Amino acid sequence: MTAQTRVLAAWQRGRAVALVPALSIAVALLIGAMIMILSSPLVSGEFNPTLPVTAYQAMLSGAFGSFDGVVRTLVNATPLVLAGLAVGIGFKAGLFNIGAQGQFLIGALTAAAAGLALNEASPFVAIPLALLAGMLGGLLWGFVPGALKAYTGAHEVVVTIMLNYVALAVLSWAISGPLRGQNVTFARTDDLVAASLPIFLGRDGHIGLLIAAVSVPLASWLLYRSTIGFEIRTTGANPDAARYAGMHPRNLIIFTMSLCGLLAGLAGASQLLGEVGYMTASFSTTVGFDAIAVALLGRAHPVGILFGALLFGAMQAGSGNMQILAGLPVQMVGVLQATILLVLTAEVVIRRIFRVQASGPELVELASVSASYGGKGTG
Amino acid sequence: MTPELHSPALLEMRGITKRYPGVVANDGISLQIRAGEIHALLGENGAGKTTLMNVLYGLAAPDEGEILMEGQTIKIASPHDAIERGISMVHQHFMLVPVLSVADNILLGDEPMKNLVFVDRSVASARIRELGASFGWEIDPDRPVGQLSVGWQQRVEILKAIYRNAKVLVLDEPTAVLTPQETKEIFGVLRRLKAEGYAIIFISHKLYEVLEIADTITVIRRGKVVGSRQPAATNEDDLAELMVGREVELTVDRGESHPAGSMLEVEGIFVNDDRGREVVHDVTFEVRAGEIFGIAGVAGNGQDELVGAVTGLRRAHRGTIRLGGDDVTRADPRRLHKMGVGFVPGDRQRFGLVLSFPLSDNLVLNDYYHPPYARGLVRDDDAILRGAEAAIARYDVRTPSATVPSQTLSGGNQQKLIVAREFEGDVRLLVLDQPTRGLDVGSIEFIHRQAIARRDTGVAILLVSAELDEVLELSDRIGVMYRGRIVEILDGRSASREEVGLLMATGGRSSGIQQQIVETGS
Repeated sequence: MTAQTRVLAAWQRGRAVALVPALSIAVALLIGAMIMILSSPLVSGEFNPTLPVTAYQAMLSGAFGSFDGVVRTLVNATPLVLAGLAVGIGFKAGLFNIGAQGQFLIGALTAAAAGLALNEASPFVAIPLALLAGMLGGLLWGFVPGALKAYTGAHEVVVTIMLNYVALAVLSWAISGPLRGQNVTFARTDDLVAASLPIFLGRDGHIGLLIAAVSVPLASWLLYRSTIGFEIRTTGANPDAARYAGMHPRNLIIFTMSLCGLLAGLAGASQLLGEVGYMTASFSTTVGFDAIAVALLGRAHPVGILFGALLFGAMQAGSGNMQILAGLPVQMVGVLQATILLVLTAEVVIRRIFRVQASGPELVELASVSASYGGKGTG
Repeated sequence: MTPELHSPALLEMRGITKRYPGVVANDGISLQIRAGEIHALLGENGAGKTTLMNVLYGLAAPDEGEILMEGQTIKIASPHDAIERGISMVHQHFMLVPVLSVADNILLGDEPMKNLVFVDRSVASARIRELGASFGWEIDPDRPVGQLSVGWQQRVEILKAIYRNAKVLVLDEPTAVLTPQETKEIFGVLRRLKAEGYAIIFISHKLYEVLEIADTITVIRRGKVVGSRQPAATNEDDLAELMVGREVELTVDRGESHPAGSMLEVEGIFVNDDRGREVVHDVTFEVRAGEIFGIAGVAGNGQDELVGAVTGLRRAHRGTIRLGGDDVTRADPRRLHKMGVGFVPGDRQRFGLVLSFPLSDNLVLNDYYHPPYARGLVRDDDAILRGAEAAIARYDVRTPSATVPSQTLSGGNQQKLIVAREFEGDVRLLVLDQPTRGLDVGSIEFIHRQAIARRDTGVAILLVSAELDEVLELSDRIGVMYRGRIVEILDGRSASREEVGLLMATGGRSSGIQQQIVETGS
């Protein structure tokens, strides 16, 4: 195969895979438009059929209309890319990692702890060590459900959901106890100084952005070019065949869950060190859950996840502008994201409406969502 | 032999055409079935038999053509319509609910009601008993179907059809799950039904069965009727040629084998099934290099677990397994593969392939991690693709390219893909579990040839098959498995069908009868 035909084949494959998510987004935006029209009396006192147009225009210009807006979109997308990969790579192995949220929080917390301890050190020491601490914290939060699944059959969905609560409890204990700051009025840590990520783009484009950008091709390489990725994908697509082929599904489950935890932990660390600057109990409460929608939207493919994260990041970036120009509350973005997720999971309906033939094999990620609830074990 | 050849057709299908995107599954098929006739439908997998029957049973709407019953055009839009018109189907995989009783299964979907609420079983039970008795069967309508043997379950399916006043019975590969003895019995049943005026459509790919039971044989290839024959005026070679479209050698010449030293030694192993019950008890046998050792047995007599133990997917909890002298009782699949064990699994879609992966990835499923397919952690996609294209050419896998998902292949080509992977390299032992189950004649021929070719290069082959003919045709020695034990090891060239069949069915306990059959059979 020449390079040209290979690129062409990849393009055709990509188009086939992206078709249903794209249609889902379109349908969700239409449903969102209807909701906006229905709720328009609350905004202006009468029905306003053009409100969706105003709103979507405002959102678009807020997200992409200015340099700062674009940077905001990218910054919002950063933790979603990393946490989205943490969910997506799990899907590839047939695992439904609902625990990205807990891994994200623990990653942020361990990064905060390391950052505080190194507050007097040089940034060249503090930043890598704090990021590393975040990755290790997340890794631990992924390793536990992985090991439990591999050796006891405990379902990762149940364990990761529970660990999300444990992570919340650990977080509030830590910041009201050992990590509580000196001169603060509520439960939070001191400001992180040495470990805070430098800004290199616009007002708040921190280097976490670059980490997310690099992680996409790295994840792609791992999944599609390395032997470990082949083992992960085989275990996800057919665990019996993986065993037959001499792979070790148990080890792969532990490895994959740990890797997912590491990525989500890195997302937390980057968000904390680049965005917030100190740790509170209300630290970014939904990234780990939005990541599930992003991973599904991106069809569990790293490049797809990148696009999904950019979409969600842009919607959040444009929500302020939408509120100002269209008078709609920023929560409307949450409604839109939820609608996209709903429409995505109703894939069969979308295919029927638009008469799209099922591509068949590439539905692994949704299969692992439904199999998760059926209790079909992989161990 | 062929009664009422000139009587009018009970059921007629005229010019049935059914198109699916990209294929014409049925291309103007016409078929006439008379009352009191057994009409065999013969064709390879994918020839269009199933589509035609789906049209007849209301599961698929034909694009062209019509169906006539007793000279009247009828419209069949659903299985319900079909049953109402007197057309019933006995599927290859029985559509029975194991926990329900015989009576409930027969009534299911058409329950007689008492006071509009309760199912009225009393009348039905009596009628079922009566119907059974008319065939000489003692049927207990209250017995759960799950407790019945496969042969009896099939009778329940037939009773179900008759109970619903079927005139036309369609049997889809009815003998695939039966032992030779059970097959004989079901043939008796079919002959009775025929005598009573039922019209029977018998779908099969076993040529000798069709020749034995059918009055008319219609052969379908690529969606078209390619010929119709009377059994008296044809033979197996003629039918096979019609089916495949070229001359086929039905029984490959297995030639002389030259067994050398022992390659696989299984000594007194005990193996449990998934539920922890011991289903293989004290099994001992050896396979020598350069011979085919066949294991015959009715499915579910411990063969799966025995294969699992030999291939490392299961552990024998007692006994030892040696490969070329090395103890491999506890070896995992990877180690066995490195030691030269190739394994064609019985459930090829579950174990043998990752259906969503391209052919090329499936061809390196157990060699993906070492050169030339990988250097360190990095896969070499070019080498994988080159290797795949070579293997596809060598093993004649019909596919548009090496990069399409393996699920787009037909069953025969999927199996060739597995064979291409497992037969290559420095193989010392090949474990073939149901290697040709569900395959067409052409693929079976190909796989048998490959197995014999490998035997002749000195590979030890363990063949496990529920298809008795396959075991008889290929094996140098045959071990008969019954209830978890190898009850007898016979010479493959002198063993007779009857002898092995009886051992499969009874374990050889009634040795008197066995003696008789051996004497009269050979």
